[in-house]
Amino acid sequence: MRYFAILILSFLPLFALAQEWEDQRVFGSEDAPHSMRILSSTDTSFFVPIIESFITQRPDVSVEYLVTGTADLDDLFRQSPDQFDVVISSAMDLQLKLTNDGFAQRLDGLTHPDWAQWRSSLFAFTTEPAAIVINTAAFEGLTIPSTRQDLIEVLRGNTELFQGTVGTYDVRLSGLGYLFATQDARASETFWRLLEVIGSLDAQLYCCSGEMIDDLAEGRILVAYNVLGSYALARADIEDVLTVILPSDFPTTMMRTALVSKSTSDPALAESFVSHLIRLQSQGSVENLLLPSLDAFQNTNGRSSIRLEPALMTYLDQLKRQVFIREWENAIIQNQ
Amino acid sequence: MKANVVVFGSLRNRLGIILTGGAALLAILLFFVVRGYAAQIAQEGQDNILGASVSSILDATVLREGTIELDFPYASLSMLSTSADDRVFYAIYEDGALLSGYDGLDVELPVSVGEAVFTSTQYDNATIRVASASRTLIGIDTPRQVSVSVAQTQDALAETLNRISRNVAVFGTGFFALATALAFWATSATIGQLSRLTTSVTRRGPQDLSPFLKPVPTEMVPLVGSLNTLMSRLDQSLKQSEDFIAEAAHRVRTPLATVRSYAEATFQRVETQENRDALRSMMRAIDESSRAAGQLLDHAMVTFRAENLEREDVEFDGLLRDLVQRMTPVADMRDVTINLESTAPAIIRGDPVLLQNAFRNLIDNALKYAPVDTSITIRVQTNPSISVDVLDQGPGFLVNEMDMLAGRFVRGGDTQGHIGSGLGLTIVQDVAMAHDGTMVLSNRSEGGACVTLQF
Repeated sequence: MRYFAILILSFLPLFALAQEWEDQRVFGSEDAPHSMRILSSTDTSFFVPIIESFITQRPDVSVEYLVTGTADLDDLFRQSPDQFDVVISSAMDLQLKLTNDGFAQRLDGLTHPDWAQWRSSLFAFTTEPAAIVINTAAFEGLTIPSTRQDLIEVLRGNTELFQGTVGTYDVRLSGLGYLFATQDARASETFWRLLEVIGSLDAQLYCCSGEMIDDLAEGRILVAYNVLGSYALARADIEDVLTVILPSDFPTTMMRTALVSKSTSDPALAESFVSHLIRLQSQGSVENLLLPSLDAFQNTNGRSSIRLEPALMTYLDQLKRQVFIREWENAIIQNQ
Repeated sequence: MKANVVVFGSLRNRLGIILTGGAALLAILLFFVVRGYAAQIAQEGQDNILGASVSSILDATVLREGTIELDFPYASLSMLSTSADDRVFYAIYEDGALLSGYDGLDVELPVSVGEAVFTSTQYDNATIRVASASRTLIGIDTPRQVSVSVAQTQDALAETLNRISRNVAVFGTGFFALATALAFWATSATIGQLSRLTTSVTRRGPQDLSPFLKPVPTEMVPLVGSLNTLMSRLDQSLKQSEDFIAEAAHRVRTPLATVRSYAEATFQRVETQENRDALRSMMRAIDESSRAAGQLLDHAMVTFRAENLEREDVEFDGLLRDLVQRMTPVADMRDVTINLESTAPAIIRGDPVLLQNAFRNLIDNALKYAPVDTSITIRVQTNPSISVDVLDQGPGFLVNEMDMLAGRFVRGGDTQGHIGSGLGLTIVQDVAMAHDGTMVLSNRSEGGACVTLQF
């Protein structure tokens, strides 16, 4: 309980605005006999085709889609699990912890590859790599970096250009950002060196991928590290402005996951939605789907995505988090 | 036979039940022992991993500037991944107060520093296995004790146990099936010995009282021994009574001959018709007794010789010709002729004394019943097998009596006025049987009796 209290306290500013959704939309007929609430961290636009195809199959259902940040989502759902039927988030660690803590309903009727589900309760339906996204115009005449080491060199070589124009997640605010950062830190020491360089350039910190991409598109920042590539690729309007780079040294690939609340009022309906979701996303070649499919960025030789396992809870440990955040702050906030 | 025996249970069933029941008991025992052992091993495996996880977390604790810092490796929890995606809980305590992790794991923390302690308990409606260990950190001020508990649900363990249980169940069933098959085999092999003995007892002829000489298993030796003793006693008492009868007959015959000669002499002297009639009746009774005694002796002799049959080549033609020659005077007295029809030499292995006795009885019988001025025919045939017919032209047998006439002291219903003991055909039958032959009684279509001996 102490853990939750501290978690709530640390996100108090967000918590105060908890009921102000990033987005809120109702699909389907208003007088439909069945209704379902989806709590999600994914922008509504990505889910429109999925929900609409579901409603085509089930015209008797109306779906309310509520969007909020990953950390806020975790918090909200822990407080009132009976308010929501399906929870979708990109923060695998928080989702896994929710499942481990018994908030998720077991869906034994669904068949899904073993690596893409945990306890038949948590189902992965996308693979989305963390990307380096650059403003193409700004890199004219410079080497386009393909690895983190390349990025370090480019940034070091052009400190004036990049001063104040490098963006990354504020891991204190974003659950996904924290997941990416901790997984990077696990994989290589390069991460810390890169962070030192980014910190020395007076980095801009963001809560969400969307805002980072907006700023990139408008030229306020020139490089964004560990942003969701899928969000950038989905923005057709800025196709020419941005270049999405998937680091070739080691990929950090997240899987978006869905779970059904254990306190849902209509388990069968929630299950049929999750079933619909993972079926669509597993087929991979369905048109009009904006999110990458489950197999999109999977390496042919071995899974490159972050594994769904209890170890994901390691960095959620409060003591561990304190250590990590302190190191992260030491690296990134140098001028304060 | 069976009706006279009181049946109590069945050896086969009893053996079968004991053996298969024992096998079933063993199979069940095997199942539980192996399953228990497997459960222990599986639990040890889980404990080892939990223990390793606990010590990896404990190792990562440091005391920095009076506060406890814990940067435990990713592997601490990663090593707890299972195929069944077991839930993982952990708690870190400083001097008994929760520092981080899950509240309410509620296990007794080890007081002393050292080996991990393992307990099973309930948490959030699931059975969990908890490993706990402690470590003392020495700082500038007072020492602090850090305790770590790592817990895991037991889904994968249950899966493993179920798999093992299934395999052991299959193995146990197989063992039971095999043991049952063996039990059936062992039972029928054991009972088979008894059945064989039963068969050989049943197959014995009515006269055969010799001991069983075939090899039997050790356990059946007392039974067969007792059986043999019983039979030898039976045989002996039979022999004794036969001897007694023979002796008695012999002793009666000699005085009878004396009485007969006296009676005859007296008959010659007596003139009164009344007395002559009485004497004639007397002589007739004496003759009958004398003949019966003779037949009894013959019968005893036949029984003895048949039991200890001495075989030699017997030529029927010669034997019968000799016999006919000897009987001709008696036949002549009654104006009966005896014809011997013998075309080819007929030879069998047998006792000539017995065979002669049998044929004499047959010819004797024929002479008794043959009317005056008729003939008796003795026909020897060799095709398809050796057989001898004795035919007369008398009244023949009564059809409804034919089956019984070979019995001891059985006389036909039409024999009044003829001297006889009722042993003649018995003797003939015994001799025929001793030579593996049969005696067949029939009536001739042209009138008269026919007795056929077939060898």
